[in-house]
Amino acid sequence: MHAGIIFLLVIVGSVLFHIFTPWYWTDIASNWGGMDSTITLTFWVGGGVFVAVCLFMVYCVFRYSHKEDRRAEYKPEDKKLEKILTWATTLGVAALLAPGLIIWNQYVNVPKNALEVDVMAWQWGWQYRLPGADGKLGTTQVRNIADNNPFGINPDDPFGKDDIMIESDVINLENNRPVKILLRSVDVLHNWYVPQFRSKMDAVPGTVTFYWFEPNKVGEYEVLCAEYCGVGHYAMRGGVEVQDKADYEVWLSEQETFQQLSARYEKLNVDGNKLAKK
Amino acid sequence: MSDEYDNNKSYQAQSSEVLDGSAGSINPDMDYVRPAEIPEQDLYHAHSFIEKWIFCQDAKVIGVQYFLTAVFTGIVGLILSWLMRLQLGFPELAGFMTAEHYYQFVTMHGMIMVVYFLTALFLGGFGNYLIPLMVGARDMVFPYVNMLSFWMFFVAVAVLMASFFVPGGPTGAGWTLYPPQTILEGTPGSGMGILLMLISLSLFVIGFTMGGLNYMITILQARTRGMTLMRMPLTVWGIFTATVLAMLAFPALLVSAIMMTLDKVLQTSFFMPTILKAGEVLEYGGGSPILFQHLFWFFGHPEVYIVALPAFGIVSDLISVHARKNIFGYRMMVWAIVGIGGLSFFVWAHHMYVSGMNPWFGFFFATTTLIIAVPTAMKVYNWILTLWRGNIRINTVMLWCLGFIVTFVNGGITGIFLGNVSVDVPLSDTYFVIAHFHMVMGIAPLMVIMGAVYHWFPLVAGKMLHEGLGKWHFWITFLGAYSIYFPMHYLGFIGVPRRYFEMYDSPYMTSAVGMNEFISIAAFIVGAAQFILVFNIIKTLKTGKKAEQNPWKANSLEWYTSTVPPEHGNFGERLPVVHRWPYDFSVPGAKDDFIPQTTAPSEVANTEVEKT
Repeated sequence: MHAGIIFLLVIVGSVLFHIFTPWYWTDIASNWGGMDSTITLTFWVGGGVFVAVCLFMVYCVFRYSHKEDRRAEYKPEDKKLEKILTWATTLGVAALLAPGLIIWNQYVNVPKNALEVDVMAWQWGWQYRLPGADGKLGTTQVRNIADNNPFGINPDDPFGKDDIMIESDVINLENNRPVKILLRSVDVLHNWYVPQFRSKMDAVPGTVTFYWFEPNKVGEYEVLCAEYCGVGHYAMRGGVEVQDKADYEVWLSEQETFQQLSARYEKLNVDGNKLAKK
Repeated sequence: MSDEYDNNKSYQAQSSEVLDGSAGSINPDMDYVRPAEIPEQDLYHAHSFIEKWIFCQDAKVIGVQYFLTAVFTGIVGLILSWLMRLQLGFPELAGFMTAEHYYQFVTMHGMIMVVYFLTALFLGGFGNYLIPLMVGARDMVFPYVNMLSFWMFFVAVAVLMASFFVPGGPTGAGWTLYPPQTILEGTPGSGMGILLMLISLSLFVIGFTMGGLNYMITILQARTRGMTLMRMPLTVWGIFTATVLAMLAFPALLVSAIMMTLDKVLQTSFFMPTILKAGEVLEYGGGSPILFQHLFWFFGHPEVYIVALPAFGIVSDLISVHARKNIFGYRMMVWAIVGIGGLSFFVWAHHMYVSGMNPWFGFFFATTTLIIAVPTAMKVYNWILTLWRGNIRINTVMLWCLGFIVTFVNGGITGIFLGNVSVDVPLSDTYFVIAHFHMVMGIAPLMVIMGAVYHWFPLVAGKMLHEGLGKWHFWITFLGAYSIYFPMHYLGFIGVPRRYFEMYDSPYMTSAVGMNEFISIAAFIVGAAQFILVFNIIKTLKTGKKAEQNPWKANSLEWYTSTVPPEHGNFGERLPVVHRWPYDFSVPGAKDDFIPQTTAPSEVANTEVEKT
């Protein structure tokens, strides 16, 4: 008897925990509200099934616990009942799958006006690159990476000259403008993840991966690495600052282009040579 | 029920062409069973202590050997989980633990529990013990290979444990062993540790193949007379299907282990692209890290079902026996097991939605993954419909089964979250995933293992485990484990990523400090509660009540051996002959509320039993 009561309390406790939990998702700061809604839908349908199945089980424990003088029912199959249950489950599953696939379709189709951001990861840190006035990022190669070319831009790619380099683990984004995050890694797997944006994707060495979102809340956010990348994984943090257009423009104009950086290094070299000659 | 079973017709009489002379009953016609097609197997009987208990060819002894070795690794895995929870809940008490240690513990805990504990326990342990007994065979068909299988597993475990003591320690690459980090400096144990892990896995696969061939062929070829496939207990169906999956899935693990070993030792580049490390470009180039993930999960997802299907099968039998009712929808249950097994090879990339593979795969794998929910749900319905209108004994075994239903449904539902591709995006790589898979393939199968231990202990040892201790063991384990993993989902909603040695002070993470402490305390208690079982077993072996034959009044053949515990050869002079499925409980008109599989129709002529 008390077995049934304890199981009942577990079910009731689970529901109450869900209603009163102080732990729930962070306030969303991107366009992916659809993911939250699908989670909520899945919670209602799935949670309903969980509660129904468990309550039925508890009912059976109360109602049909062992009595010497009683016999169980002998009924190996019930084709009709099994058919109904199969179709009802199939329908329920399809109802959950459909919104999931619709949102995935949005996730893999990047809007045309999205700003491309090159996110480069290594053990253990991040840096970022934005396209310059031509609106295009230059191509890159791991082997090109050097002090005077921290992103490994191909020197003979004309699109790369005006790329804006942000050698910091914090990047600024413009509010309400979609961004396409282009991820790459120079060593192992990483994942550029901001919980408030809901979206993520692994950075894989040897290839460029992508995802997109549209930040819609001004503020500062923490970036976490969400794919295990060795012993410094937990400390691989970064930042995002979402700003209004005006503030963003100011910040952008203060950043250095690849050309400027190359020139600075050339000057350093020339100065260095002069010093050496003296 | 057999294939030609007619829904509306209850058993009346059975026409037959040939007489079975041995039946010796009132109406031999109705008891006809086809004669055996092959002569009986010759058994090699042990002549010495070593042959009887160490290099033994008896599947039952091998089963116990597998069981004990797996439990040993499980205890190591348990201690590692305690250390991890100490760091996560009370970092100030875990000053001795560095990030390197933490990641090594995480990795070894995961690999041990999934492969060396659960897989070995279900297939090597329960498979070896129960298959020959349940299908009515004297032993596995290849006893010598079976013995080699265990010793290969033993060596694999020894190699794995040795990696704790090599320079650099065991690998800390995460149980998924994703390259490139697995074999690069920056990951703990990237030298000797990972090599020993890969060698140990390869040995495990080789040993397991020997065992697996035995299980499959024994089930297909060595069933006793009358034991049709559709009269096999669901335990055997679950183990059989899981073994087929293992035979097809483990090769993928083996090749990826070999390729990664080559990448590590000979600097080949199967999985290694151009890599810049500490300002130097390494001697790799052109390999694909994602290829490894495909290979790994092509093994890894069926692996989930290699653990789950035997659990499904066993729990079906336990529920049926202790609810005194036939399993509801037996044929549906069989086809669900087979269907889930088949589908499990088409869902692997749902572990890789955010891996950087072509995102269009997401549509396919989300659909296949949610399709698999349908046969799985059918199984759940049939378990609770078996309880319905049953005559349920609420004993320790049944409690574990009920605990299984709660945790499995809970973990199955969260699987629908993670399988549904766009819902997975925010939740992947967070504590939601940890909570999900521990609930569904950690706690739920563990509930079944425990139920099975309490159920079959009287058979294996001839003594009854103490019920009171068993109930304490159950309630502490069930309530404790549930309160570890149920709240943990909510950490995942917050966005707390998995595999973090330390959370630092992000606002949404500091809110979880209290919960982490609570979860850790629960984990310490649940772990400690497992020693109640150890105590119970030792106490029972010393002073326990002697078990009568077939104490649960079950129908399947393992309870009808010539001696309890069964001796080498299992069934004495004559092999049993099977006349019915193992679920004839509470048949109207029968004297007892169970009819053993060996009971001939003429012996229960007045019952309304359905033809099987």
